[in-house]
Amino acid sequence: MRDVAIVGIGLSRWGEVWDASLRTLWTEAALAALDDAGLDRVDSITVGSMTPGLFVGQEHLGPLLADELGMAGVPATRVESACASGGVALKTGFAEVAAGLADIVLVTGVEKMTDVSGDECTAALAAAADAELEVFYGATFPGLYAMMARAHMARWGTTREQLAMVAVKNHRHGALNPHAQYRQEITVKDVIESAMVAEPLTILDCSPITDGAAAVVLAELGVARTIAKGRPIVRIAGVGQATDRIALQSRADLTTLPATTLAAQRAFKMAGKTPNDIHLAEVHDCFTIAEILVVEALGFCKPGQGGCQASSGRTALGGEIPVNPSGGLKSKGHPVGATGVAQAVEITTQLRGVAGKRQVAGARVGLTQNMGGTGASTVVHILEVAS
Amino acid sequence: MSPLNPARVAREFPTRYRLEAARCDGCGAVSFPPRVVCPACRGRKFATVSLEPEGKVLTWTVIHVGPSSHKHEVPYALAVVELAGGVRITCQIADVDPARVEAGMPVRLEFRRIQEDGEAGVIAYGHKAVPA
Repeated sequence: MRDVAIVGIGLSRWGEVWDASLRTLWTEAALAALDDAGLDRVDSITVGSMTPGLFVGQEHLGPLLADELGMAGVPATRVESACASGGVALKTGFAEVAAGLADIVLVTGVEKMTDVSGDECTAALAAAADAELEVFYGATFPGLYAMMARAHMARWGTTREQLAMVAVKNHRHGALNPHAQYRQEITVKDVIESAMVAEPLTILDCSPITDGAAAVVLAELGVARTIAKGRPIVRIAGVGQATDRIALQSRADLTTLPATTLAAQRAFKMAGKTPNDIHLAEVHDCFTIAEILVVEALGFCKPGQGGCQASSGRTALGGEIPVNPSGGLKSKGHPVGATGVAQAVEITTQLRGVAGKRQVAGARVGLTQNMGGTGASTVVHILEVAS
Repeated sequence: MSPLNPARVAREFPTRYRLEAARCDGCGAVSFPPRVVCPACRGRKFATVSLEPEGKVLTWTVIHVGPSSHKHEVPYALAVVELAGGVRITCQIADVDPARVEAGMPVRLEFRRIQEDGEAGVIAYGHKAVPA
């Protein structure tokens, strides 16, 4: 298997971008990444997108977007794994380069979410749950995560304030990120007193609805060295992916994310590393409880101790293991199919040492964790500065 | 992709009307709804059994922002209920103040209206849990 490096990164505008379509956002991100890499050709394109069919009535994104970039003829593949679509698109691009099918791959993710009403958006996102067993009976994503939160609180004594502290921390980080959708700092009181969505989760426990796209250019390591422009080369050292039973009700334990644990174990093994080797992580905080469950599943703390990681400052910037220095899904925004790729953009920015006010000092090894549904799919990547 | 397409609703009748489940001939695990492959042992032979409707609340939430199909019901309690035989299902808890629902609460499944497609369309039935 060949070594693979990230040689270019790019983001489109993120937020409620009324004046840009899916294809415009995607093209912004793709061009930014290609320009960053200093390349104008690629051997292959992957596109992570959860459900453009429900959001904008458009499928067949591979050729659509290759065409948009003036690259008709290049193989282009849409990859879907709900909110983990972007991460799985990254894994797919990695595999193409590692296997020698391509030397340079443009990996992208995109979601255009604000062309539909709030109701239609809820319904589109709910398509990642079990339609017959959960959604039919009135389940929503906040509702399913709320039930996991209640179970974690009952089992481990996790508190309402600890949930809120995840949002407070990530907004504090996002306030330092010029690219974040919501850059204002918030307090525990703000979170708890904001509009109730699914008890105990309020609107400020939830990631927002976002339009946006993200892109990275992957190259075989030898090729990467020839175009590095003196910057640190960021290598993908480990990749892991796993699945779980899709309906929450089918899982033996409602307080853990076994697919995240499995994916992480696979990525750590491939990279020859342990959780102690990780300097920072971008994880899937679609809801505050999700970050708590994820830091436990990744092995950053013991089971049951996820609740105190944000409140103690351990996962804040300046802490032992900063989690979501970008602001995470919560503050930076969550255009679902773009998120997994945007996580790699942030880690690469950090490993290049150019993250500005949110820079994690001395960062040389970072991790991304991107998941779909209530954790039924997860993909983990470990990135490091190549020696 | 309407969830209330008539054929789609009709093929769920055995599970939603009669709580029919499948017990694996190989390992005895009960799957609800019935499946082709047993998730516990990958067995492919099953006997049809009916679930006992009594159970208890494992975890729950009260949904304040609901999907359009259930918007008229908010706030409503939604729970994962563990039935007497160990099978778990997701359903609403009805006939009780949502604020009084709690983990461990004994409940019983009842046959209730779940969704409807306007005044002239399909009415889909299924189960809700009520205090036992």
